[in-house]
Amino acid sequence: MNWTAIKAIYLFEMARFFRTLAQSFISPVLSTSLYFVVFGAAIGSRIDEIEGVSYGAFIVPGLIMLSVITQAISNASFGIYFPKFIGTIYELLSAPVNFLEIVAGYVGAAATKALFIGVIILITAFFFVDVTIQHPLAMVAFLLLTCLSFALLGFIIGIWAGSFEQLQLVPLLIVTPLVFLGGAFYSISMLPPVWQTISYFNPVVYLISGFRWSFFGAADVPIAVSLLAIGGFTVACLAVIGWIFKTGWRIRQ
Amino acid sequence: MAAILDIKDLRKAYADGFEALKGVDLQIEQGEILALLGPNGAGKTTLISTVCGITRATSGQVLVGGHDIITDFRAARSMIGLVPQEINLEPFEKVLNTVRFSRGLFGKARDDAAIERILRQLSLWDKKDNQIRALSGGMKRRVLIAKALAHEPRLLFLDEPTAGVDVELRKDMWEIVEGLKADGVTIVLTTHYIEEAEAIADRVGVIAKGELLLVEEKASLMARMGQKQLDVQLSEPLDAVPEALAKYDLTLCDQGCTLTYAYDTRAERTGITKLLGDVSAAGLVLRDVVTRQSSLEDIFVGLVHEDAEDGR
Repeated sequence: MNWTAIKAIYLFEMARFFRTLAQSFISPVLSTSLYFVVFGAAIGSRIDEIEGVSYGAFIVPGLIMLSVITQAISNASFGIYFPKFIGTIYELLSAPVNFLEIVAGYVGAAATKALFIGVIILITAFFFVDVTIQHPLAMVAFLLLTCLSFALLGFIIGIWAGSFEQLQLVPLLIVTPLVFLGGAFYSISMLPPVWQTISYFNPVVYLISGFRWSFFGAADVPIAVSLLAIGGFTVACLAVIGWIFKTGWRIRQ
Repeated sequence: MAAILDIKDLRKAYADGFEALKGVDLQIEQGEILALLGPNGAGKTTLISTVCGITRATSGQVLVGGHDIITDFRAARSMIGLVPQEINLEPFEKVLNTVRFSRGLFGKARDDAAIERILRQLSLWDKKDNQIRALSGGMKRRVLIAKALAHEPRLLFLDEPTAGVDVELRKDMWEIVEGLKADGVTIVLTTHYIEEAEAIADRVGVIAKGELLLVEEKASLMARMGQKQLDVQLSEPLDAVPEALAKYDLTLCDQGCTLTYAYDTRAERTGITKLLGDVSAAGLVLRDVVTRQSSLEDIFVGLVHEDAEDGR
């Protein structure tokens, strides 16, 4: 392994993040606060407790997931699309690095940024609602796996995208709806039976359910299934990336 | 001495069937400067991109310092530095950071002294904390070179380093190349300017339509390319070259209206004065006198033509 190269890519990408630290920091804090004001205080006060948890606290895991997933995808996709767009990718392709090292650098940096945002949101949440974390280890594991797997997905999107519009397409059209419909703001059990069945085809349901379990000990689906789903998704993304580099799809003629 | 770069029967066909390289063989010795001359679309960039790992070869083999670029890509690529034709740089990065990144990417431990030496050599040290977008075009090109040199490569590819660059900067670039050669770096550069090859190369390769037509010592090639042609246009057409002018190896063309004389601009005597004297002594009436230097394009056409005839 060319660890020096991984470190170089990782630090270069992180530097971009730290250059805009204020923006990176303020926007998630602000949007999370808004969610708490709107959903937690205004609407939440009219909603009963869900599974023994106040509504304001109930939405915390979903909110974190929403931001982490969005951030992981956008950071990773932008990270690899930008060199493609401005042409600096020639350097990556001519460097003595293999695909694992490139992925480790870019995806590692994107996942770190997403994790950073996730932690900030969690801290912000403590200011608004009482949040207990029953299974801290599981919580960390879910958070890390989510950052990693969606950064991998973002990397794939960045390689695939041929324009900035396409770069936004998948997150806007697919990921955001899946997260919103994945039980970020409600429990699947609150839905009519038909919609419950349909929801089980949404992979994000397993993620949010598992993550919420690590907070409150209650879940829509068994925790093992949740872990399996996120693990499987990570492996699938890795397989696609492996194929991309083997064939040189969209990067090497 | 062993070749630092050994290209064997390298072929590249793109997905659309276009053959960019049609079996290129090329050996480059340690420490030399080779200029690859060729018109646009000749395959110069494809050749470089393939050696550097940006493009995949369809077939053939490339060894860099004895390391195969596919099976032993880490060792091979570590020895190579690439300065691309386009100015591809992150606009918001600072000069020092981007050069430091390049060194790390190529697996070399951080070495601030080495980076400083490279930046000073390229007169970039004063600009090290500037954002790249704030630099002039010439400075950006230097940053590209600094990035390529950051991991101290043994073999440097310069893809049209002076395309679209003003005369002064071109001279600067040539000096930089001289300096690198003095440091023992082997350099392959592509260009379509003959003067450039003449100014800095030890050997010159001519590439056209994906084929390497020749690789020659600069001196011998320049002698061939230094040919100039004098056209003597006559008022009255001739049937044949007059007896009095037989010793000049003239060609009669344009339906007998033009006498063509080829000469070497570097020769001590070009023979023009005597020729024109003899032309007027032979009683021929001149309409016009034109001199032409064969352009690189002409030479390519000539070479491709010769090549086709050899193949018969």
